[in-house]
Amino acid sequence: MKGAFVLRSDASRKKWRIEGPHFRGEAVYALLHDTRAGRPRTFAATNSMHWGPTLRTSNDSGATWSEPGPQTVRFPADSGRALAQIWQITPGRAKEPDVFYCGVEPAALFESRDGGVSWEPNKGLLNHEHQPKWQPGGGGLCLHTVVLDPDNPRRMLVAMSTGGVYRSDDGGKSWGARNVGVRAQFLPEEHRYPEFGQCVHKVVHHPSRPGRLFLQNHWGLYRSDDWGDSWKDIASGVPSDFGFAMQMHPHDPDTVYIVPIEADTFRATPEAKLRVYRTRNAGASWEPLTKGLPQKGAYENVLRDALTADSFDLAGIYFGTRSGKLYGSRDEGATWTEIADALPPIVCVKTGTAGAA
Amino acid sequence: MRKDRNCGGSVITVELPKALCSYADDESSVIIEGSVKTIGDALVALGRKSPGALHRIMDEQGTVRRHVNIFVNGENIRFLDGLTTPAQDGATILVLAAVSGG
Repeated sequence: MKGAFVLRSDASRKKWRIEGPHFRGEAVYALLHDTRAGRPRTFAATNSMHWGPTLRTSNDSGATWSEPGPQTVRFPADSGRALAQIWQITPGRAKEPDVFYCGVEPAALFESRDGGVSWEPNKGLLNHEHQPKWQPGGGGLCLHTVVLDPDNPRRMLVAMSTGGVYRSDDGGKSWGARNVGVRAQFLPEEHRYPEFGQCVHKVVHHPSRPGRLFLQNHWGLYRSDDWGDSWKDIASGVPSDFGFAMQMHPHDPDTVYIVPIEADTFRATPEAKLRVYRTRNAGASWEPLTKGLPQKGAYENVLRDALTADSFDLAGIYFGTRSGKLYGSRDEGATWTEIADALPPIVCVKTGTAGAA
Repeated sequence: MRKDRNCGGSVITVELPKALCSYADDESSVIIEGSVKTIGDALVALGRKSPGALHRIMDEQGTVRRHVNIFVNGENIRFLDGLTTPAQDGATILVLAAVSGG
């Protein structure tokens, strides 16, 4: 919430060197490290309380950052909207190394086709007939998730709070709501399964099985096996189906990580235990991962982009808390260590490989 | 100090806070000269010279950001006529970060 910190380690991931803060005093809600073009390109979405949001870039893996001039992500004047925050920066497909997407608040999707130099809003979403009825959640009306079909360049999916999940099958020209089976707990009982308006917190998938999606909702944990056409409840064996963060295993399409939170009215880890939950069977069952995490007096919260993974064969899993603690696991969640314990509130944790691993 | 003497009319000085100087060739003052009648006109003219500075002062709808204060000759324009406040020849416009928080 007060800048970006870069933590570097070698392939052992045992010791970390902390650099920063970069962008001192500015909130950083989104980060991305991308190497598709054969060179590192790192993006940071910063937001100054006074001077507004800015998308910044680094060509040396976060050591130094561009000093931006004019804002590059901006709504058209005739849209009646103004950029409040960039919530997500997503790389395009592997074969499109200069394509990037930004999910922003108020809910909209921006696309760059020149490596992040210039950005255009997706008009299909900008002018969507549902758009006037999307409502802000607690964090604002944000489009926070962008999921691409790696095989079909015409298919992509976004999620927003609150609006729900939308999918395009025509390259972003038109979008349809994909929320069948996802409940909106905050609506009157007879209206709890609307076409849209759900407060979806995060959607993930594995590129080897892209049509199977996992969704952490504002109350509700779901899986779709048909690219979001329908969703089924998979909250079996978790202490709460409320939460924000959700992370796909980098190599196993059946393995997903979440951090359950007690309730929207008490945003803290249930029973004061800091537990990551993992499914290894696509949501049929969940197991708590606790070794090395505090299991007493831990009233923590982990936000939607504060849980992530690296790409090593034995995957590293990392998460940050609103209380400024950063934890990591070098063994896919079996054991955890505290990497940092007194950072500012953590809203976003991302990984990248720079140089020789 | 940057000066723009390419046309006649009013001469207005815009004083930028340190945080925005990098958007104006590291200058803390930008002189606007031309047909400027209001504070809004002056900021639009600032934007022609230093678009990065203007983007930090106003959003894309032309609204002054919530935590930015603009003073003209010592008066906060929020308590005058906002962006339609007249900018007299020789006026100094001061851009400041507002007190945000307690």
